[in-house]
Amino acid sequence: MASKTSFYIIIALLLTLGFGLAIARYTYFGIPLTPDKFKKAWLLEARVDFEAESGPVLAALTLPENPPGYKILGENSASPGYGFAIIEHDGKRRGEWSRNNVNGPQTLYYKIQLVETGYDYNPQESDTVVADNVFWNETEDVAARYVVSTAGEKSSTPESFTRQLIEIINNPEPEENAALLLSSYKPVELLYKLINYAGIPARISQGLLLEDARRRQQPVQLIEIFSDKRWISFDVVNKEQGLQPGYFLWQRGGDSLLDIVGGSNSRVTFSMIQSSLSSLDIAATDIGQSGISWLGVHSLSVEEQGMFKFLFLLPLGVFVVVFMRLIAGIKTLGSFMPALIALAFVQTSLFQGIVSFIVIVTVGLIIRSYLSYLNLLLVSRIATLIVIVIILVTFFSLAGYHLGLSTGMTITFFPMIIIAWTIERLSILWEEESGREVLKQGGGSLLVAVVAYLVMTMPLAGHLTFNFPELSLVILAGIMLLGRYTGYRLSELYRFRDFKAASNEDN
Amino acid sequence: MKIISPCSLKQFGILGINSRNRDYIARYNKRKYYPYVDDKLKTKLLADVHGIPVPALKSIIRTQHDINLLDPVLSELNGFAVKPSRGSGGKGIWIIKEQKNGNFIKSSGAVISKNDFKRHLSNIVAGLYSLNGSPDVVIVEDIIRISSVFSDYSYEGVPDIRIIVFKGYPVMAMLRLATKVSDGKANLHQGAVGVGIDIATGSAVNAVWFSKTITRHPDSNNDIRNIKIPGWKKILELASGCYEMSGLGYIGADIVIDKSKGAQLLELNARPGLSIQVANGAGLIPRLKLIESVQMPFSSKEERVKFSIKNFSNY
Repeated sequence: MASKTSFYIIIALLLTLGFGLAIARYTYFGIPLTPDKFKKAWLLEARVDFEAESGPVLAALTLPENPPGYKILGENSASPGYGFAIIEHDGKRRGEWSRNNVNGPQTLYYKIQLVETGYDYNPQESDTVVADNVFWNETEDVAARYVVSTAGEKSSTPESFTRQLIEIINNPEPEENAALLLSSYKPVELLYKLINYAGIPARISQGLLLEDARRRQQPVQLIEIFSDKRWISFDVVNKEQGLQPGYFLWQRGGDSLLDIVGGSNSRVTFSMIQSSLSSLDIAATDIGQSGISWLGVHSLSVEEQGMFKFLFLLPLGVFVVVFMRLIAGIKTLGSFMPALIALAFVQTSLFQGIVSFIVIVTVGLIIRSYLSYLNLLLVSRIATLIVIVIILVTFFSLAGYHLGLSTGMTITFFPMIIIAWTIERLSILWEEESGREVLKQGGGSLLVAVVAYLVMTMPLAGHLTFNFPELSLVILAGIMLLGRYTGYRLSELYRFRDFKAASNEDN
Repeated sequence: MKIISPCSLKQFGILGINSRNRDYIARYNKRKYYPYVDDKLKTKLLADVHGIPVPALKSIIRTQHDINLLDPVLSELNGFAVKPSRGSGGKGIWIIKEQKNGNFIKSSGAVISKNDFKRHLSNIVAGLYSLNGSPDVVIVEDIIRISSVFSDYSYEGVPDIRIIVFKGYPVMAMLRLATKVSDGKANLHQGAVGVGIDIATGSAVNAVWFSKTITRHPDSNNDIRNIKIPGWKKILELASGCYEMSGLGYIGADIVIDKSKGAQLLELNARPGLSIQVANGAGLIPRLKLIESVQMPFSSKEERVKFSIKNFSNY
């Protein structure tokens, strides 16, 4: 059969191309085939946005310098039309972009490559540091003196003093002196002033929690105090002492993170991506023109790379769905709903994802059962469900946030429209078949989603799909091969378990 | 968990879903003919042209507005069925056996208010039951009155005969009896009894209920093995004629027997299920292979039926 030959030629072609490119990438660029567990490397990107006010512009961003626990491998800035220079200012490293005449929205990028060196977070400082002078108005001065003495009574060291202050400031019902101060200062700022006021040197630092493929992150403000010749950091919100693993200190003390002259509405956000060391080397050296390198995504900005990291996982999830449906024969709701849910799980973490999924779908089903009395037309009913799902997600995120589950926010990653359709399909299934069928198909979809999640979160899978995107062709070949499978499904071995040949009985 | 080995399934000649989809449906059913079977209204009109008997069409509701114009038509009817034209798996089909005090009585005895009835029609038109959720039309057609042959064997619903027709040859047949559990519905996974019917004679050979072999109807306790469908050869010819009518090589024809009007085609299915094999205690593959191996297929349905009767007897 002609179609059969051409099919296998296409499969062979896909496999050769996929594996061939991967092998080439491996041999020429030395991208490792397995994720390197010992040296985590990071690509960090700061993105500065502002509105230029037609005239000369000067943007200054504080840059990291000897960040504890990390080594800077290289840095560059990509901002066409701007002059860029790194200068020393008050002992701080700053990147300055300048341009003579600009107008309208502007975006500047600064990229830095880091490698983890281990947690040598607290090197001793040789210089002596003195506390900054702080100024209060009269009423504030009284209140500050009271707060400092209350904390001082309960503490013996600068560290315990700081912990006490953090307790006082974080108290949901602060006593009146603290409340007065909090009304005019942000907590971190207030801490900075109070600690220095008590004669202990303190400074505000900007930290970033490094998590793979995060985009548009805001820096976290930490307070650092100087005690026993070391800078010790405190997380004001989580009340943690010492720099937590995974935190990268972008700025330690000094002026504001970003200063813009000649612009307004400025903000700075951070994107980050974890990478293997040698693929980072590639990104560092400009390989834009050479050979097959343009097929890799390392030349893109970190923000876009983070997106691709998820995008490249999707073929794998889709493959799992195809396998589970055609070979295992598990019924799912909607063809690829499980793959999308699995992708959401990757972002929320598994347990939390499953719980929120079940809760949202269950509550949605209850509300949907009421909707069926209201006699709505189908399109408007689905639209109603979408809005309800959004409200539910918002509600649970906020509830989770206030209950202290800081990761509660991640449910917003769920594909809302898919969930709305899932609820609609389940509810029809419930009305027409039975609750049992709902559990069967809902559970089947969830099972497939979990398997897809487990496959997608294998470190090796993430590493290979991201660094060797051409392996998608191999997955494609696999999916197409599965499409030719005409053997029995596993579920059929169960379905036909009691099969008896009728004519045999009579013979 | 008890399972069966793939080898013995193969030995029995059981057709699996993947193979059905790729080796038969994809190969013998041309996409362009699907609308004629996926849309019951089109099937009906086509059947009329080909002289295949179908339940009489009473009314068609195409828009939400039409629903309010329906009253005069319905008032003349006593029993009728409403169906989504593009529904699948029997979803959305309501059999109304009579009207009383402005309410509708379903075949199950459930009383439906006029409002609920209209809401159901509105749902169908909005596309709730159609294959991809696109707007649909409602068919209102004559109710089927159960034939006395089956009255001892069915709970509420009218039994239907599913015949797999491959390239015009009837290859396997099954009678589906509604039960209390299946709520008058004739789908096996909902709890209907599947009775394998011998292609040669029209008599019952085997019966399954929830994939277990049974001999008596779970509700009436009558011995199913005594069933013999009258006018079997005509029914086979009716099914066989659906091949020319639909142009599809692998179909399931659903046929009912009305008390007064005899055998009528209810609908065609381009993706017929596989449970028929369990009901018959026989695999489809040997029969399908035999037909595929025939070099010069018969062109008349009478000859094809003769071939099937000769070759596909269960005994």
